[in-house]
Amino acid sequence: MNAEPDTYVTADGRTIGGVLMDLRNITLRFGGVEAIKDISFGIREGEIRAIIGPNGAGKSSMLNVISGFYIPQEGEVYFRGERRPQLKPYQVARQGIARTFQNIALFEGMSVLDNIMTGRLNHMKSGFLKQMIWKGAAEREETENREHVERVIDFLQIQAIRKTPVGRLPYGLKKRVELARALAADPSLLLLDEPMAGMNVEEKEDMSRFILDVNDEFGTTIALIEHDMGVVMDLSDSVVVMDYGRKIGDGTPDEIRNNQEVIDAYLGVSHD
Amino acid sequence: MFYREAGDFKTTYQEDSQTFPIKFDRWRYWAVLAVAYLFIPFVINDYWASAVFIPFLIYSIAAIGLNILTGYCGQVSLGTGGFMAVGAFACYKLMTAFPDVNIIFHIIISGGVTAAVGAAFGLPSLRIKGFYLAVATLAAQFFLVWLFNKVAWFYNYSASGQINAPERFVGNVAVTGPNADAWAKYLICLVFLTVCALIARNLTRGAIGRTWMAIRDMDIAAEIIGVNPLRAKLMAFAVSSFFIGVSGAMFFAIYLGAVEVGEAFGIQKSFLVLFMIIIGGLGSIFGSFAGAAFLVILPVALKLVGVDLLGFPTDLVSHFQLVIIGALIMFFLIKEPHGLAQLWRLAKEKLRLWPFPY
Repeated sequence: MNAEPDTYVTADGRTIGGVLMDLRNITLRFGGVEAIKDISFGIREGEIRAIIGPNGAGKSSMLNVISGFYIPQEGEVYFRGERRPQLKPYQVARQGIARTFQNIALFEGMSVLDNIMTGRLNHMKSGFLKQMIWKGAAEREETENREHVERVIDFLQIQAIRKTPVGRLPYGLKKRVELARALAADPSLLLLDEPMAGMNVEEKEDMSRFILDVNDEFGTTIALIEHDMGVVMDLSDSVVVMDYGRKIGDGTPDEIRNNQEVIDAYLGVSHD
Repeated sequence: MFYREAGDFKTTYQEDSQTFPIKFDRWRYWAVLAVAYLFIPFVINDYWASAVFIPFLIYSIAAIGLNILTGYCGQVSLGTGGFMAVGAFACYKLMTAFPDVNIIFHIIISGGVTAAVGAAFGLPSLRIKGFYLAVATLAAQFFLVWLFNKVAWFYNYSASGQINAPERFVGNVAVTGPNADAWAKYLICLVFLTVCALIARNLTRGAIGRTWMAIRDMDIAAEIIGVNPLRAKLMAFAVSSFFIGVSGAMFFAIYLGAVEVGEAFGIQKSFLVLFMIIIGGLGSIFGSFAGAAFLVILPVALKLVGVDLLGFPTDLVSHFQLVIIGALIMFFLIKEPHGLAQLWRLAKEKLRLWPFPY
């Protein structure tokens, strides 16, 4: 671990630790298109890190690099101070990185409860034979994990829809169930890809509250992509700004607000 | 005694996730088991055993197997007939090579052999999906039937190319061969089906089942929560093939007794079992039973009504049967893709409110 190891305490009393996930000089190309150009930034333990930028800036690609869907042509990913070899997405998940998707990726044929229980799969270790017999070890394990899932269900206030098939739910609730599934995995790093896209003000407020509570109560490190500037500035401890695959700003919300390059990217520059 | 959950309070998560959450259902389940084990064996005769009960029990096992692969894991397979043939020939080779070993072990080991073969043919499933996978499994079907026709070692170099089940005993009761009694054949099939259904239920209710359903519903999202897709799919192929192999072994050894591979385990068999799970209900253990029962009883019922009652010629009725099955498949695919099991579920939901639905 060589990047700034100093910890600090935020205004509302949360401790932000050293760098948990460090991305160094990441470059990602699709054929001739450079989606991400030589970007480096770190995500500190316990913080809420926002990634913002105009459409097509490469934000989702960045998240996909972190979660192992894309393999960058150049650059290195350090997780917990160790260089991460090329991993498949499911191996990344097993390291304790959970995520949600921009367009909901739930299992439509299963109930809410089953969907959230899938988030516990990495914590369920009983083997094939034990599950075949069910009584005993497998059932005990199922109950333990169910208890954990019920805590998440309580936390996100979705008790009433526990047994509803996900396909029948409205959009806002689906987003919440997806967050629940990611949370059920007890992640050390939670990636949220536009958790508030397509929501009304009230739903956004609910979701913001949940994100803050997750961070506060479980100490989960969160990296999120969001377009709503008000939300981003209120929620996050630090912000990365991307434009055309480059990083054009990195700092606290206040620093970003006053960064000329960021203002130019968002408001455009006059060419007179 | 009304059919409802009011007043039936669950205080533990085990109770909440049990197979039959409603008390009435639990009673019904035990009642069905009691009738199947304690009543039917005493009244069964050869006609009913070979026309309805034994094929129903054996096809149910096959349907459960295919339902695990197609209904739970979402991998369409047209190789069921071929995998049943693997089970049958494995059982035949074992029965003739180790005549002193109990037939029950032979059937189980045949399932194991089929599981290995099924997993091998499941390997392409990581790369190809949907229709293309169906075609790949179709290749398995034709290849396996060809193999069992072509290589004489599989049928012990018999002149006819047929395999014949020698007489085998459980305890001192014959269960295969011409002298086996109807009740003995029925009981051994029933025991196998009960165990298979329990295993299938246990596997699909827990972590493994959720892994399969996650792959079925959205494989990318399954990967992101930590499912290794290759492992999950191969496990589904293996478990599914195990059941299908067991059913193939029993189909040969207990039901038919003598088998010519192209005739008994041809492509029609693959489609028959696939139709069973489509009509019965994809992704439901009960649906496997319902579909198997439906497609086994339909020809018998049609014959009873058409030939015996109305006096139509036999060939007309048997052609009519194909028309009915075809029409039903279309009906179910359009109107109720979850099959008889879903109709049953809806009926139960209605019943919960009956007689005051508002």
